Amino acid sequence: MRELKILAVVVFFSLLTYYLVEPYAHHEMHKKVDADGNEIKIESRGFVYDGAADVEEAERAGDKELVAKKKAFWSDVKKISKLKGNATAGEAGFGMCMGCHNGANMNMGGVIPPSLDHAGAIYEKDYLIALIKDPAMASNVDHKYADTMTHPMGSIKTMFTDDQSIADVVAYLMTKKAGEVTPKEAFSEACMRCHAMRYAKTTQLGDTPKFKHEKDALAHKIKVIEEQDMVKAYMGKLPPDLSMIIRARGAHFMETFIENPQTQLPGTSMPRVGLSHEGYEKVKEYLTEIGDPSKKHREEVGPWVILFFIIFTILAYLWKKEKWRGHH
Amino acid sequence: MAHFDENAKPFSNKWLDERIGLNTLMRVLNTEYWIPKNINFLWAMGMVLAATFGILLVSGIFLLMYYKPDANLAFDSINYTIMSEVGYGWLWRHIHGVGASIVFLIIYIHMFTGIYYGSYKRGRELIWLSGMGLFVAFSAEAFSGYMLPWGQMSYWAGMVITELFAGGSLEAVGLVEWIRGDYVPGDAYLTRFFMLHVLLIPLVIIGLIVLHFGTLRLPHVNNQEGEEIDYEEAAKLYKEGNVKESKVIPFSPVFLSKDLFVMGVYFILFFYLVFYHFDFAMDPVNFDPADGLKTPAHIYPEWYFLWSYEILRPFSKDIGLIAFAFAQVVFFLLPFMDRSPNVAPAHKRGLFQIWFWVLLVDMIILTAMGKLPPTDPTFAFVGLVSAVLFLLMWPILIIITKFEKKIEKGA
Repeated sequence: MRELKILAVVVFFSLLTYYLVEPYAHHEMHKKVDADGNEIKIESRGFVYDGAADVEEAERAGDKELVAKKKAFWSDVKKISKLKGNATAGEAGFGMCMGCHNGANMNMGGVIPPSLDHAGAIYEKDYLIALIKDPAMASNVDHKYADTMTHPMGSIKTMFTDDQSIADVVAYLMTKKAGEVTPKEAFSEACMRCHAMRYAKTTQLGDTPKFKHEKDALAHKIKVIEEQDMVKAYMGKLPPDLSMIIRARGAHFMETFIENPQTQLPGTSMPRVGLSHEGYEKVKEYLTEIGDPSKKHREEVGPWVILFFIIFTILAYLWKKEKWRGHH
Repeated sequence: MAHFDENAKPFSNKWLDERIGLNTLMRVLNTEYWIPKNINFLWAMGMVLAATFGILLVSGIFLLMYYKPDANLAFDSINYTIMSEVGYGWLWRHIHGVGASIVFLIIYIHMFTGIYYGSYKRGRELIWLSGMGLFVAFSAEAFSGYMLPWGQMSYWAGMVITELFAGGSLEAVGLVEWIRGDYVPGDAYLTRFFMLHVLLIPLVIIGLIVLHFGTLRLPHVNNQEGEEIDYEEAAKLYKEGNVKESKVIPFSPVFLSKDLFVMGVYFILFFYLVFYHFDFAMDPVNFDPADGLKTPAHIYPEWYFLWSYEILRPFSKDIGLIAFAFAQVVFFLLPFMDRSPNVAPAHKRGLFQIWFWVLLVDMIILTAMGKLPPTDPTFAFVGLVSAVLFLLMWPILIIITKFEKKIEKGA
């Protein structure tokens, strides 16, 4: 019994140290506080975009004008969301989107417009409405465009001027562009225009092809560098390669950051991309596949190794009992 | 020349005994290496440490086959080649990472066991000193290994720790550059720490382990009551078959059988951590590649260095460095600072018992404060108080042990 008491003491102090240096210290290190020193709880809102987070942010900044602007914007979005969209009518509107989102891999105003092939499957409906209405407000980077710059997709405001046309084109995306999507497609459409993934051999230009001649490989490399320079000029810095991001950031950070980048990195130039919950799961699956490919093996092998050591321990205990027989 | 039996079959027991003294070796190191019976599972920590070191060595050998010590390749050789291309590379890496962290937990348990039961006292000073040598060597091994993934924490921890050698106001930048081989950590820095990690320090560790075991053989292991055992008498009793009356057991197989059981329990925990809970040992920040132009928001050492880091941090530059240097060596002096002749567990030593628990709790508080952001005034204050307390603990130890009442033998 004395041994168990000693074990309890050892376990207690080990766990106490663990609690202090891991969960507690990390919480304290990454805690965000407002101007009065109160903690700002950063929680995922389930990948639903209703502007509540944006309004709270503006309120915290104490900018009354901005609060009113955000409130008005998101209540308009809500209004459009309630309209019944006509997918057939939306198809014509979508033709205008195709002017830029055409898969030509051509940089327009800083980035390559992403493919919309699975937009309805990976993005959330209200977000798409908001994006068409005002891209900078929807992606919560309006602070970037306050002065001289315009959003590269800014011209869309002149294309869809009435609420019904927005509802129609979103209805079209939600029904006709919502087919089965692979994790890689989700990542390519949502993230790749800014983020390379060298472990998957992809860049801002997409999959790196195999070249027979070094000259061609170098020519491709130059194209990639030119594209990255444009993204860099537009974003302020080159967005990081995401090969290992799934292990470099915790699950909570990833979720809240992708849902609304401003929560974790106030002022960041990364836009909210508006993934739906399913869309996020697909992207996460891809990031895990590339950045943490052993996860599956760990989960398969783990129980067997532990079972082995449980049996080992039982046998060792029996051997110990036999060897110590008559010793006490 | 000694006599060699010409009829002895090659490699038979007799043949070997005549050549390398096999039977004597077995007797001295195993069957007649007497261990007190009055011990608990904490006495198995030495073998647990040896086993963990073995695991680190084996997993390290596998990792070494694919790791590339080059500032441009190191990160990807681990995170891409080893983690996704090498079969079971991930397993060796996680074993190595978790092992490197958990080995310090066992080292600290082993050390505090020694302090609690007075196992560093007269006759056992060299055990303590060689053990402390191992602690320093393991610390150097851990630090040099931490550089190798060449992530953000590797780089910035390397920057901070090598900067210490500037000696504060001495501003010995030349020394720092000499250690780094560059103005900032770079390729030359990485390759030399690679050499230290895979050759020089492991050699030192192996040598010190042999010395540590050697220093143990004559004074014997301490026991739960600090009792001085007449080993000849006890061994005689044991060999006559009075195993119940005898106060000792042979190292092999009796002591070892218990060791193996404790090791089994330990390995269940160890592999649970390897498969399901490794983040504590593999900091997420280090999965961002090293970038000299981007300082992480928080730079902190691994948990096992936090207490000494916190002794450095709350003071001004020079005082902090002196306090830090003191904290690094003071445990070496323990056998000479404890002036009491009593070899007994702390709970029989009056004030020493309080001293022991205060030291333990103070070091845990220092560990916590070493990671918490010092920008918070409460944490900074608690850190300062516990660092001052740590420094005061040593003169206090001298005083309280000087006046400690001698425990009569047999009492």
